[in-house]
Amino acid sequence: METILTLQNLTKRFGAITAVNDLSFTIKKGNVYGILGPNGSGKSTTLGIVLNVVNKTTGNFKWFDGNTSTHQALKKVGAIIERPNFYPYMTAAQNLKLVCKIKGVTPDKIEEKLEIVGLLDRKDSAFSTFSLGMKQRLAIASALLNDPEILILDEPTNGLDPQGIHQIREIIKVIAAQGTTILLASHLLDEVEKVCSHVVIIRNGIKLYSGPVDEMNVNFGFFELNSNQNSVLKKWLSDHSGFGEIKEEDDKLIAYLTQDIDAESLNKEVFEAGTILTHLVKRKESLEEQFLQLTNNLN
Amino acid sequence: MLRLLTIEFHKLRYNKAAKILTITYFVLLTAISLIASYEFNFGGVHIRLADQGIFNFPYIWHFNAWFAAWLKLFLAIVIVAIMANEYTNRTLKQNLIDGLSKKEFLASKFLTVVIFSLLSTVFLFIVSLILGLIFSDFNEFSIITTDLEYIFAYFIKLVGFFSFCMFLGILIKRSAFALGFLIFWQIIEGVFKLISSLFKWKFDTDILDKIVIQFLPLESMSNLIKEPFTRLSIVQSTMNQFNESSEVNSGVHWYEILIVLIWTGIFLSLSYYLLKKRDL
Repeated sequence: METILTLQNLTKRFGAITAVNDLSFTIKKGNVYGILGPNGSGKSTTLGIVLNVVNKTTGNFKWFDGNTSTHQALKKVGAIIERPNFYPYMTAAQNLKLVCKIKGVTPDKIEEKLEIVGLLDRKDSAFSTFSLGMKQRLAIASALLNDPEILILDEPTNGLDPQGIHQIREIIKVIAAQGTTILLASHLLDEVEKVCSHVVIIRNGIKLYSGPVDEMNVNFGFFELNSNQNSVLKKWLSDHSGFGEIKEEDDKLIAYLTQDIDAESLNKEVFEAGTILTHLVKRKESLEEQFLQLTNNLN
Repeated sequence: MLRLLTIEFHKLRYNKAAKILTITYFVLLTAISLIASYEFNFGGVHIRLADQGIFNFPYIWHFNAWFAAWLKLFLAIVIVAIMANEYTNRTLKQNLIDGLSKKEFLASKFLTVVIFSLLSTVFLFIVSLILGLIFSDFNEFSIITTDLEYIFAYFIKLVGFFSFCMFLGILIKRSAFALGFLIFWQIIEGVFKLISSLFKWKFDTDILDKIVIQFLPLESMSNLIKEPFTRLSIVQSTMNQFNESSEVNSGVHWYEILIVLIWTGIFLSLSYYLLKKRDL
């Protein structure tokens, strides 16, 4: 698969603070990546470095095959960072025309892209009259002007109202469905869970995980169990070779699997051991739970 | 290069404030001719500036270049604002993300500086030429083309000054504060000059002028075209010996041009260094 971006041991220090620490990962064409991390974990700094606005301290990154300069490569990239930045005195269309000139593409896609983000009827309004949600959508239209190889979105729903968040997510889904590679930085997990196939998890500038979402946790999931004799059940579970940690939460037993056991056979085994279950659910951790597990492991 | 110019022109043409200031500037530049041909009436005494010999070739080049240079403040505001606004609107960041390199960004701004200076110079040349042709007592081609170095000096002076403004815009990132700093810097140079005069008065030597003052950025720019009034009286008293005027110490010297060019280079390099080093 074609490589779009490679980071090698990237480090950025701001004085005594190390914002990005020895970070390496690759972005392949066609996947939708999420960069996850709590606030201040170095997501934006990492994106800033590859987008030529933050200077790296050490390490390397290369765009595509590494033969083009960063600013040439960026012409094939669409990116929005944190807050939409445009010239307030220009209209939407005028701002996009400027972006076309910088990227060296023809301006005939302006209307098409404004249509995608639903701003076509406001194309002649000054940017300064836009609401935050409209500004953010204009930023997405601007990032799409060159039909980019990769779309980089840094906290695209930050500060938006629920309707705005929904609109942006719908737009991202549409773009992802067209096969555009997307790199989405966010601290909102459901956002990433809904659209991403791969994740990179960063905490304090250190990479905790990078790979496909479904391989993120090698665990076999867990059972939520309840019975009339929970203490007996707990003892039985802890003697069982298939279970690791067992927790009690809201009168329920949470038993983490160390091997694959399906719900039917567990139900049978427990019944044969003389306990009758009143509640049995097998679950995989949600991205949020996995994320919290990963980020808490370092504490 | 054309791409950079069209990018910069696109940014400027929709900017109302910049447009108004630029137009005002060029209108005022033209207005010199109006003031000059107007007859002032001081209590019955009619004085017409145009009749005082200021529009005689080749003196007009010197006078108009010196006079027009005062107006550069209008364009200075534009230059500082277009620089600083790229920071306050964070559009510099967006430009870089969109694929403009830092070098290209600075080049587009410096090109604007050069184009503005060039336009102003051409304007000045045409206005002066027309005024001269109307009012000058001498219209021989050889006289008209004498002292044209003042026009060249005017161009160098503007490029130097606007480069300084561009650098201040980048350094300070806020238009108002950058302009404030420009005034502050003028005061600092004033203090230097005061110290130098005191020194001259006390020790009877102008060594400070020679080793410090003439190298200060704003002073070196103003030295390019010295005040024309001392020369005016000489011109008037030796009306027919205009060739002597070049011997007066108000001419344009090559080393003064060099000093300003070096400052321009310094401001450009410092601007690039700041752009390169700063995280956005």
